[in-house]
Amino acid sequence: MAEYAIELAGINKSFGPVKANRDINLQIKQGTIHGIIGENGAGKSTLMSILYGFYQADSGEISIDGKNTKINSSNDAIALGIGMVHQHFMLVENFTVLENIILGAEDSQLLSGSISKARSELVRLEKEYELNVDPDAIIEELPVGIQQRVEILKALYRGAEILILDEPTGVLTPSEADHLFRILEQLKEQGKTIVLITHKLREIMAVTDEVSVMRQGTIVATRKTDKTSVEELAELMVGRRVLLRVEKGDPNPGEIKLAVQNLTVRDSRGIDMVKNVSLDVRAGEIVGIAGVAGNGQSQLIEAITGIRPAKEGRVLLDGEPIDVTGQADPAMLRKRGLAHVPEDRHHMGLVLAFEEAENSILGYHDDPSYLSGPMLNIEAIRNDARDKIEKYDIRPANCRLKTANFSGGNQQKIVLAREMETDPSVLIVGQPTRGVDVGAIEFIHKRIIEMRDAGKAVLLVSVELDEIRSLADRIIVMFDGKVVGECGPEATEGELGLLMAGVTNDKIEAAE
Amino acid sequence: MIEAFNTIILILDSTVRLSVPLLLACLAGLYSERAGVFDIGLEGKMLAGAFAGAAAASVYGSAWIGLVAAILVSIALSLVHGFASITHRGNQIVSGVAINFIAAGSTIILGQAWFRQGGRTPPLGSDGSRFETINLPFADSINGIPVLGPIYSELLSGHSILVYVAFAAVPLTWWVLFRTRFGLRLRAVGENPAAVDTAGISVVWLRYRAVICCGILCGLAGAYLSVAQNAGFVKDMTAGKGFIALAALIFAKWKPINAMYACLLFGFLDAIAIRFSGIKIPGLFEIPAQFMQALPYILTVILLAGFIGKAIPPKAGGQPYVKER
Repeated sequence: MAEYAIELAGINKSFGPVKANRDINLQIKQGTIHGIIGENGAGKSTLMSILYGFYQADSGEISIDGKNTKINSSNDAIALGIGMVHQHFMLVENFTVLENIILGAEDSQLLSGSISKARSELVRLEKEYELNVDPDAIIEELPVGIQQRVEILKALYRGAEILILDEPTGVLTPSEADHLFRILEQLKEQGKTIVLITHKLREIMAVTDEVSVMRQGTIVATRKTDKTSVEELAELMVGRRVLLRVEKGDPNPGEIKLAVQNLTVRDSRGIDMVKNVSLDVRAGEIVGIAGVAGNGQSQLIEAITGIRPAKEGRVLLDGEPIDVTGQADPAMLRKRGLAHVPEDRHHMGLVLAFEEAENSILGYHDDPSYLSGPMLNIEAIRNDARDKIEKYDIRPANCRLKTANFSGGNQQKIVLAREMETDPSVLIVGQPTRGVDVGAIEFIHKRIIEMRDAGKAVLLVSVELDEIRSLADRIIVMFDGKVVGECGPEATEGELGLLMAGVTNDKIEAAE
Repeated sequence: MIEAFNTIILILDSTVRLSVPLLLACLAGLYSERAGVFDIGLEGKMLAGAFAGAAAASVYGSAWIGLVAAILVSIALSLVHGFASITHRGNQIVSGVAINFIAAGSTIILGQAWFRQGGRTPPLGSDGSRFETINLPFADSINGIPVLGPIYSELLSGHSILVYVAFAAVPLTWWVLFRTRFGLRLRAVGENPAAVDTAGISVVWLRYRAVICCGILCGLAGAYLSVAQNAGFVKDMTAGKGFIALAALIFAKWKPINAMYACLLFGFLDAIAIRFSGIKIPGLFEIPAQFMQALPYILTVILLAGFIGKAIPPKAGGQPYVKER
């Protein structure tokens, strides 16, 4: 067995004029966990796609287990013992676990033989790696953590010796993530080589043996994990010093600006997604709503902002009731001082085909300062957009550029600038840094705290626990549509993780 | 009493005959749509197949040559649909509609140019140019036995070979879809083509094979119409059966056995319409023939308007697969 499981030499890959990978040299030792970290667009995924045969490199050499090889398709990669767990699972949701595992690795034209072989093989793999999964369960009925296990089993069933995981913890609760890391350790002990792609520094420090940092298509450094620090890695990723934890003073809560009382929201499928939720947000404080995605946070925001009518309950804005079960609509609420940064900027926050300037007034386009008579005052709108671009450091600084051409972080800043500059009394922010790079995260976090310090009431929804913990003054945890707990920012990740998994204090006591 | 029983047998017998083209087309659509390629062009493929079948059967004097011609022409149109919607990732609805137009127009033009009988093909006779009915063994001798006799000799016996093929295709399709590797992959590619792609299987080739299956079955349906059920091609002879088959497919929730029941139901309504057109309800009024004829279409509307509960189509249906990373 060669010393290195994977050796890449001089890999180059361009998409049109964009150089996604430039002269990449990388060696990954057998039987180690190797982290690859970098911001969005740094070229991590492209590099791994080349390794898995999705793309072919323009130039360069790949050696697997010491042998120089060409990988032209996923089939080649699988044959070389490379398995990949994709960020978005490659599972057929209405198939059983077994069917998913044998898909593409069937032994013969008929299924019966493959299925029984896979079943016994699965039992063996489960014993060896403690990956417990019911082979006959339907995928869509399994929690995401288990679905991910199926992906890992799929790779192992195909005889993978090298396992690539692309952002594996994005959809997991902290405890699920910890379980995943234990599985990875186990795989390492069995001699597998693991490549972990992530943008979360904490994970790199927790499980990897070595880490390579990518920036703008190149590998800027490779370090032994125990000889580096979070600060150094962050600096290498961004290319300058970054503040990982925003500094903020103590909150100075004033009167209640937003009061939600016994709100129940039903989604379009007729399922109650928010169940009898009550909460208050005061002026000058940030209230964070933590929870695994899909536990009613989105519907809660939609009801408060008038996008989706609530089934029952009351919402008071500045002490005045708003008709959330009926007539409330986003335009009216905006006029009453409720600004909203939607969770999904592509779906709700922006029209990507519009110019930056147009997006920077979207929803406020009937404000008299943007109008001249019945017409839009284009000049005023562009001047306003230029101001915002400068103030929020939006790049490229061109208000006439199509919004689709801005990076994720800059698109998010366009939305933030639009919503924050209207001087709202309540700001609702959903997933402010989803798909945003480290440099922009720092900026966005600072802005949110400035809003708080200016006396605004801020309601923050995020699935990133680190973000909630570093920004919020009070943390509310949602599980299955209900508020299951409230704690201060000093709550540990473990405590929050338990709440996010629906384990409340009573349940713990009951179990004891 | 006996007369009522005989009427029921006759209606059921024509139900079987009338549901065969629906069933074949429905199964055709099932292969295609289960693989994620929506096919609104079932109608056109059936019509082109019917024309090609009748034309070849009359020229060569053989029903079997007609059948082969029907299947080949139908496959060719399937490949056009595949080329547009799989290879070039075009809109599957537009491509399907185009195929319907091509078939409707070209069958009339070619029919007139070749045979000069106003778009018809020459009538097929008993010289082997038409599929004859098959009498199962002892059909005549046990006809006299009450109840069971007529069921065997009228309902089960006395159909053309394509009828038996159509009903045999139902369990075969089920077996292919749920018991073979090809079926597993076909269902997977209609749900999540990316999963198939990353498993190292070609999405494009898999979908092409699915539309070829679709073409074969549509060809069979067309040949049944013009070479077995009728004796020759008449313009627009499919009369919307391809669309009813699509409705039956949704009604059947894309499952083969359900598809058979759905098609039998539509066939039954057709049989009723034919048997009872213009029937008088004594002392009241006459039910207009047009109303009876409209029944299958009315049922289609009612069923599709949500009467059947939630029918979940294959998740990747209608979307061309673009490898993205």
